[in-house]
Amino acid sequence: MKRLVLVIALIALLPDAVIHAQQPPPSPTVQEEFVPVSALPQAEQLPAAPLLIAAYAFVWVALMVYVWSLWRRLSRLERDLADLQRRVPKL
Amino acid sequence: MSRLFVPLLILAAALFAAAPFVVANAPFEETMGLVQKVFYYHVPSAMMMFVSAFVCGIASAIYLFRRSAVADRIAQAAGEMVVLFGLIVLVTGPLWARKAWGVWWEWDARLTSSLLLWMIFLGYLLVRRFGGPGSEKLAGAMALFGMANVPFVYVSVNYWRTLHPKTSVVMTLAPGMRAAFWFSVAAFVILYVLLLTLRKRLEDRQATVEQIYLALEE
Repeated sequence: MKRLVLVIALIALLPDAVIHAQQPPPSPTVQEEFVPVSALPQAEQLPAAPLLIAAYAFVWVALMVYVWSLWRRLSRLERDLADLQRRVPKL
Repeated sequence: MSRLFVPLLILAAALFAAAPFVVANAPFEETMGLVQKVFYYHVPSAMMMFVSAFVCGIASAIYLFRRSAVADRIAQAAGEMVVLFGLIVLVTGPLWARKAWGVWWEWDARLTSSLLLWMIFLGYLLVRRFGGPGSEKLAGAMALFGMANVPFVYVSVNYWRTLHPKTSVVMTLAPGMRAAFWFSVAAFVILYVLLLTLRKRLEDRQATVEQIYLALEE
């Protein structure tokens, strides 16, 4: 049983060993040390404006959608209430 | 509706119309630059989220212990506000973080606990909506639990190692930033009061309609 488990483990690990043996050495241009964002070349820095605009746009859209939702629900209730009051004038 | 509603509405509209100009004129933060200006909407939204969680929790406690229907309606209105302002916080935060930290999200104490707080109140709304008769009491208990979480969310940045700025940031803002920040806070506070009033009115009308239907059945 132990031998069977050992054989299965070796078979499972074999592809990994083969892949690692076949991988090329790391490219010399790969970054080896920490570089702060401000020191990166301009082309690699993320622009802030689209993120800022997206944030503000989301706030406005979320608030508008919520206010619209409230207005819609309130209008429907007011209509139901007016209809009920017409049907039962005493209330 | 209160006589103050329309004047407050006009004031809120004016403040929000002016807010982009106030924020644009605020000085740039020296390390984060332009993207830091998300701060002027992100932090007031977070403040409203916390305030609303307290309003919901306290109103729920009054409902649970005194069976006040008015308190229950306020609690439901405030619960929706927590989800609304929490959503704003959870979307604007990652947009800021992507530039400032290089990642959209980090499972640190402040972000994770804020997400959990938002999910608790989302659960509160789902229980109210789908829980059936008597769900108000279960939801009220959830609101109390959510309210108890707020202090932990707030101090998480001070006691755990996080990427998120600490609570001392607001008190140590530069003068130019301070004015813009409190301007935004004022706009959000008035907006919050207006939305809560409207949402509570919705619940009041709903209760009136239900009473009329019950009276008709009798």
